Amino acid sequence: MEPTNDRDPNYFHQVVDCQWACPAHTDVPGYIRLIAQGRFDDAYLLNRSANVFPGILGRVCDRPCEPACRRNRVDGTPVAICRLKRVAADLSGDVTDRLPTAPETKNGKRVALVGAGPASLAVANDLLPLGYDVTIFEKYDRAGGLMRVNIPEFRLPGEVLDFETQCIIDMGATIHYNSPVESMRELLAQGFDAVFVGAGAPKGKELELPGRHDDTTGRIHIGIEWLKSVAFGHIESIGERVLIIGVGNTAMDCCRTSRRLGGTDVRVMARRPRDFFKASPWELEDAEEEDIDITVNHAPKRFVIEDGKLVGMEFDIVEWDEGARHSTVVDTVTIACDDVILAIGQENAFDWVERDLGIEFGEWETPVLDETTLQSTLPQVFFGGDAAFGPKNIIWAVAQAHQAAISIHQFCQGRDVTDRLPDTMTLESQKMGMAQWSYHNDYNPSPRQQMHHVELTQRFAALDLEVELGFDAEQTAREVQRCLNCDVQTTFKANLCIECDACIDICPVRCLTITANGDEEDLRSRLNAPSVNPDQAIYVSAALPQTGRVMVKDENVCVHCGLCAQRCPTAAWDMEKFELDIPYAADFDLLSKTRSDTLTRS
Amino acid sequence: MKSPTKPIIPLAVLPKNELGLTVRDYEGAMSTLCAGCGHDSVTAAITQMFFEISMPPRDIVKLSGIGCSSKTPTYFVRGAHGFNSAHGRMAPIATGANAANRELTMIGISGDGDSLSIGMGHLAHLMRRNVNMLYVLENNGVYGLTKGQFSASADIGSRSKRGVANVVAPIDPILLGLSMGATFLARSFSGDKAQLIPLLKAGVAHRGLAIIDVISPCVTFNDHEGSTKSYRFMREHEIKEIETDFVPWEQEIAMPRSKDDAKEITMHDGSTVRFRSVPEGYDPRDRQKVEDYIREHRERGEVATGLLYLNEDSIEVHELNNTPDVALAKVPFEKLCPGSAVLAKIQESFR
Repeated sequence: MEPTNDRDPNYFHQVVDCQWACPAHTDVPGYIRLIAQGRFDDAYLLNRSANVFPGILGRVCDRPCEPACRRNRVDGTPVAICRLKRVAADLSGDVTDRLPTAPETKNGKRVALVGAGPASLAVANDLLPLGYDVTIFEKYDRAGGLMRVNIPEFRLPGEVLDFETQCIIDMGATIHYNSPVESMRELLAQGFDAVFVGAGAPKGKELELPGRHDDTTGRIHIGIEWLKSVAFGHIESIGERVLIIGVGNTAMDCCRTSRRLGGTDVRVMARRPRDFFKASPWELEDAEEEDIDITVNHAPKRFVIEDGKLVGMEFDIVEWDEGARHSTVVDTVTIACDDVILAIGQENAFDWVERDLGIEFGEWETPVLDETTLQSTLPQVFFGGDAAFGPKNIIWAVAQAHQAAISIHQFCQGRDVTDRLPDTMTLESQKMGMAQWSYHNDYNPSPRQQMHHVELTQRFAALDLEVELGFDAEQTAREVQRCLNCDVQTTFKANLCIECDACIDICPVRCLTITANGDEEDLRSRLNAPSVNPDQAIYVSAALPQTGRVMVKDENVCVHCGLCAQRCPTAAWDMEKFELDIPYAADFDLLSKTRSDTLTRS
Repeated sequence: MKSPTKPIIPLAVLPKNELGLTVRDYEGAMSTLCAGCGHDSVTAAITQMFFEISMPPRDIVKLSGIGCSSKTPTYFVRGAHGFNSAHGRMAPIATGANAANRELTMIGISGDGDSLSIGMGHLAHLMRRNVNMLYVLENNGVYGLTKGQFSASADIGSRSKRGVANVVAPIDPILLGLSMGATFLARSFSGDKAQLIPLLKAGVAHRGLAIIDVISPCVTFNDHEGSTKSYRFMREHEIKEIETDFVPWEQEIAMPRSKDDAKEITMHDGSTVRFRSVPEGYDPRDRQKVEDYIREHRERGEVATGLLYLNEDSIEVHELNNTPDVALAKVPFEKLCPGSAVLAKIQESFR
């Protein structure tokens, strides 16, 4: 193999599995280290620079980082990254004077944002400091979008949401509440320089089965509509026996909310086996902890209506083949209930976008967009969040918003929107002396800390009683040490190596090998520890000076303990801290205040 | 400075041996030798060797004297027995231990100072007696622990770190062994585990004293230009004409014989040493030819490595002394030391 090009930021970025997996590429090891040092304000701001909503995401993020976490491959459970993010948010002091601010003098460009959800607010967060005049149109009387109306308060308290949405609006956005945009034509006619659509995917999917429209008592609900009514206080109770159809995260919010509104026999009905559920495993666990029954292999057949009143629902009991592609019906069963909540998905609603404006739509009623720039076929209109490519999650919305903000900025400044800056990186040696590193390199065998919950007996007292209590100081102290410091990279200088084998002998996971060069498959077959994960790169050096062999490192289970660098007599190995610098809108304009001015990192 | 530890990583993919142990179970304490020391590689090779032959740690005895090399038994097989003796005195301690319990597998680790200077008299007698043990001589040509003076194995003309050339003739442990009647003589290089590990296995299997002279560079005091025991010198001057495989007897059937096998020597336990290549006319059982071969290479400034000499008819110390098959340590005390009445009777028989 050719020597690994470790000057390409993408190489080491992929070694930081969590950061790579995060759509917004949050510097996870960086903020965990700041928490470990007690620098909660800095940890919060480092988070915020990438994901904008640390307090919110620290509670309800889909956390793609955790399945990716290297710790999974080391002891089977990931670092509680999401919970630590919440620690940073909970324990940070007043950071308002360190947040970005908008300049007095505006740049004369006006941008309209449709919806005040995570995508639009993140765009505002990036554009306001550059002097844009930002106007937000929001359908409801509060900001937050789905975070407000679809996520129950027992998971995401209102004050957390208020703080993180308001600090963006307070930067100087003009926000019009109770102002749904009913016509894109009219919006465009108002002469904005650019329009960003962050209106989400607000339409709950319908389940057209016999009896669906025969119930006259209003006991069949659409999940996200129902959650919204609960959030606004329009619905305050539900029957005792509730069936939830669907097993995604919305279904989990529906069943747990039902338990708080009077449901005592709440069942989640799933068509497929458990391995194929859409809901995150931790949300399933949280629901089951609240005595919610999750029934598998039940395909809804019809609503049972008697005298115009819903009395139950009929299901086919099915068996699936391997891989759950094909099913066969083995039985039919009727389950009595008072209410049914349909939580089988949501979709976009673009009936307010006239089709003759030049904004093209694809086959699933989603706009035709450039995947990088998020620009629609009408150049001044951009999309982001669930409105762009259909329902995803908050962290994806933020990631897209950063890109859309760059596009809007480039577009408004008359520059090519496809002209993007590359990611850059810095690498800095962490060596402090003999066997001393400026990071905590000891492997800590602690197991993952369990989140404490409010007691089941008290949990249902109020709808807005937050269930998760957050980590206490001791849990935090343990959990931060589980992080393997994947951002502190092992870097190798082949010309210094004397092939003494010291690094190979000391490596606790035997991930190093000195051997004759070959192609990747061949090299992988000759490693000291078997190569079990082809998704993880192998790091290959240039030819070594004495024998012409190469140093090969399997990145898969390296625990970044630094022992190789500690044992290396010639400092051919070093531990260098990798810091990814992702360009944001502000970085595209040398005259503007860059993020490094608002955030000073260690 | 906090001393480092090598963590146990639960899910690390590590193969298990017949005893269900991983190579990590054959490790010892963390080495406190200089980073890059050849001895640490030898330690790793020994660790790997005991793992591969599935030796129960409780059946191993680790012995050493004084010196950098003699620290290393601490760094492998933490579950083994051990004795760290006085300088140069590993050989008599080993002889005593072996006399007491012949059932244990003994490994002695020594250095060029410990074996060829202060302990050479003992080593010579260990060879004569053919004590059944593996004797690893970690040879770096300097006294590392006292900051790099030439040792008795330093070659004439080899330069110290300060540039001074050695003028005193070296002692070659292999040539010494040939003249003292040693029965298993090998040389290897710490930087070549592929060669060293089979040699270590053969050494354990050998009945009698197996001496492996391992050139193990001193990274701090003898790894510079002008040194004849540096990593670079060894890589440029090592002659591996004699290539060997060690085939344990359990694998004998499974491993097909190749036509290229130049020589094959069966050991007493049924395992074989298979010589993949030897130079034309070379016979590892012919003491004279071996001596000529080593001298020839030495004169050319080359270091011949491999299993250089093997006496398949080796008779070890217990056979020489006609001791019982069972370990003396297991013989009841009354039988081992039958008391003054019996002594008197024996003395009486000499009158």
